[in-house]
Amino acid sequence: MTLTLADQDVTVPEADSASGTARPVRPAPSRSAALRRVAVPYLFIAPGVLLFAVAILYPIVQAVTMSFFDWKIVAGAVSEWVGLDNYARAMADPHFWQSLANSGIYMLFTVPPQIVLGLAIALLLKRKSPVQPLFRVLYYLPVVTSWVVVSLLFKYLFADRGLVNFTLGDFLHLMHGDVSWLSGRWTALIAICALGVWKGIGWSMMIFLAALQGVPQSLEEAATMDGAGRWQRFRAVTLPAIWPAALFVTVMLVIGGFNVFTSVLVMTGEAPADRPMSSSPTCTRRRSPSSTSATAPLWRSSSPCSCSCSP
Amino acid sequence: MTAASSLARPAPGGPHSRGGGVRARRSAASTLRYAALIAGAVVMVTPFVYMVSTSFKSQAYVLTVPPQFIPNPATTDNYTQALTTQDFGLYFLNSAVVAVISTALSVLLSSMMAYGFARYRFPGRELIFRILLIGLVVPAMMLIIPQFVLAKNLGLLDSLAGLVVFYVAGSLALNTFLLRGFFEAIPEELDQAMQVDGAGAFTRYWRLALPLAKPALATATIFTFLATWDEFVWSLTIINSPAHRTLPVAIKLFQGQNATQWGLVFAASLLAVIPVVVVFLVFQRYFVQGLTTGAVKG
Repeated sequence: MTLTLADQDVTVPEADSASGTARPVRPAPSRSAALRRVAVPYLFIAPGVLLFAVAILYPIVQAVTMSFFDWKIVAGAVSEWVGLDNYARAMADPHFWQSLANSGIYMLFTVPPQIVLGLAIALLLKRKSPVQPLFRVLYYLPVVTSWVVVSLLFKYLFADRGLVNFTLGDFLHLMHGDVSWLSGRWTALIAICALGVWKGIGWSMMIFLAALQGVPQSLEEAATMDGAGRWQRFRAVTLPAIWPAALFVTVMLVIGGFNVFTSVLVMTGEAPADRPMSSSPTCTRRRSPSSTSATAPLWRSSSPCSCSCSP
Repeated sequence: MTAASSLARPAPGGPHSRGGGVRARRSAASTLRYAALIAGAVVMVTPFVYMVSTSFKSQAYVLTVPPQFIPNPATTDNYTQALTTQDFGLYFLNSAVVAVISTALSVLLSSMMAYGFARYRFPGRELIFRILLIGLVVPAMMLIIPQFVLAKNLGLLDSLAGLVVFYVAGSLALNTFLLRGFFEAIPEELDQAMQVDGAGAFTRYWRLALPLAKPALATATIFTFLATWDEFVWSLTIINSPAHRTLPVAIKLFQGQNATQWGLVFAASLLAVIPVVVVFLVFQRYFVQGLTTGAVKG
């Protein structure tokens, strides 16, 4: 509230103008007012930046630092500088490479489908109609639902005698006998990717839907007049207009894909070994108090698990 | 699919300027369009329908072949059991408190930041903004150990406050990014007019920028609320006592205890999902608007 006056130009009449010397000085605002004016933008960003610095930036620096130490998490213990040893250990760990590969596969099979299908649905839904909001909500429903809940749901759907096996086997006759989806690496990856796409389509659809509303109608019409085909129109008019949105979606999906954790933990967490993704390898090893965060900065696999194992 | 949608749009010459063949083709395309949309919607909704159905089944009917879509016999036992044996009311309250406070704080702080970035030029502006964007890219998992240590040092472990602080911090980057674009789209003349009328910076932010940015704020609110209501890993990491549990953790642990009691698990899950769906339905009117005018549009 102290900001209210801050950046007004306070023009104070010169007090000593009576002296006769016509000084060509523009009446200077008082120093504190000037100071306040400079401070205004900083005051706006200060609370957020401060919190960000403490809770995000500092941990980033910490994570990087820890990666060079044999980090003792216990207060007071002296951590030993080990240079790149942790990295070397991570590089030598087959679990690390498997996790990395799994994440790569996950991104490969979830990001492009979410973009393509999300855009396709957005294009189908673009035209305003009475049912448009209904479809929008239906497609967005999985996005709104908790990761934990949809992961449990998919675990159930992909269970041995679940709906997926029934649909593929008894209904569509695409396979014989039940597949134990969540116990093998590749089949589990399929299930996890299916969940990722299913849950994410609505989100990219929503962004594309918004972006499509910004496509200049006049350009589309002009292109039609010039005899441009649908595909040409899409490429020459629509695509450039939604390009920033497509970029945004891609970046966010890649980040999200790299971050996938809950679905993997929930869907395959109980499997004893050969867990398809990031969680298992370091789990037991890292329960010791002197947990080195070898892979922490490089790879997320180890860290949350060490904590989630303990309670 | 592109084909279908563009076909369905009326030609600029007006609907009567072409022959009947075009009209027939257009209605065929429209049918196709709806067929595709309905097929997609069925895929999206079937798992939910099945979940709802299962929540009304008793254990014996949960994994039958062929699967039951309409439970027979139907029972509400799962709901009574979920509501009575577990403290779901408490977990619900915890989640709600954390999500509402985090969302409010995050939207407030990030809208202030976004306003500062959008309306003022100051030394370090772009640098600070870029650093902020790092927060968008860094995987949350990478930070979980240092954040855990930090939370421990600040005495925030095993408390709802510990959830709020880190949820707010974690959502600042995306919200500021979204809102900055929106604030920049508000004509600066409005600001200047208000300034001439003697309104200070904070008044202009509070009385002018925020009301005009309502759709964008709704978008940020939905994103943040969903993310905080949904958050699992951090909550699982720092919360120990059952009294401070949030819903996602409670549901996961509940499932752990009741291995394959799917009916029970889904009854509890649905109780957790419904409020979020309600929040979304209330705000979704603004939602598309907010995205349209925000930074996403570019």
